[in-house]
Amino acid sequence: MKQFASTTTLAAIVLAAAVTTAPAQDTIKVGVIQPLTGAFAASGNYVANGAKIAADEVNAKGGVLGKKLELVIEDNKSNPTEAAAVAEKLIVRDKVPVMMGAWGSGFTLAIMPKLMEYKVPMLVETSSAGKITTSGNPYIFRISPPSAVEAVAFAKIVDKLHIGKADFLVVNNDWGRGAAEDFGKMFKEHNIKVGLVETMDPPAQDMSAQLAKIKASDADTLIVTTAVEQLTLIFKQAAALGLKKRIITTGGSQNPDQLVEQAGAAANDTTHITFFTPWKPEVSADPAMAKAFIEEWKKRGYPFAGLTESFRGYDGIRTIAAAIAKAGKAEPEAIRAAFWQIELPGMNGKIKFEKAGPAGQESGQSTPGIYLIKIENGKIVLPSRECRFGHRCVEGSVLRFSCRNLGRLPLPFGERVGVRGLQNSRQS
Amino acid sequence: MDEFLQHLLNAVMLGGTYALLGIGLTLIFGIMRVVNFAHGELYAFGAYAVYLVVAALGLNFFLGLVVAVIAGALLIEVALLRPMRGADIDTVMLVMIGTWIVMQNTELLLWGGVAKAIVTPFPEAPLVIGPVSISWLRLFVLAAALILIAASYVLIQRTKLGKAMRATFQDADTAALMGVNIKGIFTATFAIGSALAAAAGALLGPVFLVTPTMGDLASLKAFAIVILGGLGNITGATVGGFILAFVEEIGAGYVSSGYRDAMGFLIIIIVLLFRPTGLFARAERVG
Repeated sequence: MKQFASTTTLAAIVLAAAVTTAPAQDTIKVGVIQPLTGAFAASGNYVANGAKIAADEVNAKGGVLGKKLELVIEDNKSNPTEAAAVAEKLIVRDKVPVMMGAWGSGFTLAIMPKLMEYKVPMLVETSSAGKITTSGNPYIFRISPPSAVEAVAFAKIVDKLHIGKADFLVVNNDWGRGAAEDFGKMFKEHNIKVGLVETMDPPAQDMSAQLAKIKASDADTLIVTTAVEQLTLIFKQAAALGLKKRIITTGGSQNPDQLVEQAGAAANDTTHITFFTPWKPEVSADPAMAKAFIEEWKKRGYPFAGLTESFRGYDGIRTIAAAIAKAGKAEPEAIRAAFWQIELPGMNGKIKFEKAGPAGQESGQSTPGIYLIKIENGKIVLPSRECRFGHRCVEGSVLRFSCRNLGRLPLPFGERVGVRGLQNSRQS
Repeated sequence: MDEFLQHLLNAVMLGGTYALLGIGLTLIFGIMRVVNFAHGELYAFGAYAVYLVVAALGLNFFLGLVVAVIAGALLIEVALLRPMRGADIDTVMLVMIGTWIVMQNTELLLWGGVAKAIVTPFPEAPLVIGPVSISWLRLFVLAAALILIAASYVLIQRTKLGKAMRATFQDADTAALMGVNIKGIFTATFAIGSALAAAAGALLGPVFLVTPTMGDLASLKAFAIVILGGLGNITGATVGGFILAFVEEIGAGYVSSGYRDAMGFLIIIIVLLFRPTGLFARAERVG
């Protein structure tokens, strides 16, 4: 008995030693903060799964600086307070030198003071509120487009849509209100009148009141900004109310396949601004990479609908891996400096950070591509692939573009819209 | 005017389901003194039960409704509350909060965070009457809700069981001395209250989407309605449900959609200022 006790004690000590020392020696920890439970659990898990694919891919090729990447994934519970708390936990207890997060703009904004406090950089993969990169936080590097960039990209085809007057229905947080502001400003520049700006709480399920008001307005188009669950409800409720206006959604969290499946006929003839086109990987900025990612995603048994979110996690972790490699050491300040120097292909265009925000403490903002898709008869159609942000629109790229011709169109290179000019105009 | 009619119709649709949520909670609190924080989770449970029957097993939608109601009625009562009988109100409240968290995360584990849509046999094209328009499904939900509300009312006010429930509500000890089977009454009350919550979830699941967190908002509304109408009062919960729906709808339509939920709570504050026991509190209420 005594013999047994001492053997097990020894075994326990050895095991404990193995657990505490082994990973510290040959891994580099990367913190990931996503909404894994709560209202945005679906999206957060997609992004986390995309991140895992990227980390596995990096590790299969030998890792970074001879060490394996180890993702420490934390749940912000779809709650800003939790987001700040887990960021602190990742920095203080796990000692991660860099993080990725946190899906919603509200969650990201809640984390930002912690980045200043501990001087740890964070890559922002989804959030689109403008003030994330304009508030002077030098630890922020964003690969998702802020709504102002979306609005500028959309401006290139807006004249062809012949919108007379537009109403807005947006989720009542930094994301939605920011989109209403940026798109509203762009519409006014194009002599499009802005009518109602209605909001809805993030967990709200019944938007009939707002939609009844919008139905009675004289606008011809409705711009909606929110995530897929509320979009599904809005389409169904709009159809039930007999609302017959053109609906355009922004923000890139639409998961169009899920909309088709769950909103059914109500999703027909709606237009969406998305940031990745898994239906046509060949129009992606790096078709081979997009195809490989989609293959791996399917192989792991994840739903196809999740791809429009998961690519963000994939791109984010690859960007972080590149920054660590460039920095030459896994230390926050070195990684922060390296973010400014790296350049790599992303799913929707080159990832390269440009300065945004007040001078002296700029945040990094990459300029991704933007695509416009349309749902027609339960199918996803890409009417305007040539309207990729950063390139000139080709004549005739109207919304009713036939899906048949897509594969054969050459990618035209035209005048590039500088993101710096855009950021400056936002500040002024 | 057309817009106002549409708002009015929306409010009636919403009110029916709010009332259904409120009645279940008010019954359980009024008679059992159980603050049922798991009420919203029973609502989500009802919706998932219908989803299981319709989407996963491929059976009939109406059968799904029945299954949801029966399973919802038995779930918490049999598993949890029966062993807890006689425990004080705080203990039971904590157990219900735990139940809420466990149920929500179990749903997340089983079904994942992606919202589920339930397919119903009702046509997608709405019913258009003059300037207003409404979906057939919501019309069915309103009818079902009104039937359930009427059935609860008849049960409480017109049957022997209802009389025993009301007696227990007034004074459990005296009712026991008069030969009322208190344990049986508690079981029946919680089962009926839970069944109403599950029914609300089963009816609204197809109207909205089924998600693990759908119960949170439902719980919040149910508590608001119960406070508005007076604890333990079915008429109060029914009227409270319709008032809340009307205030939210008109508030969102004509004042500001951003303050939609604030409107509801504003009304509750005003009511509580002038009638601290709610709109329909009864003098005979004990405790």
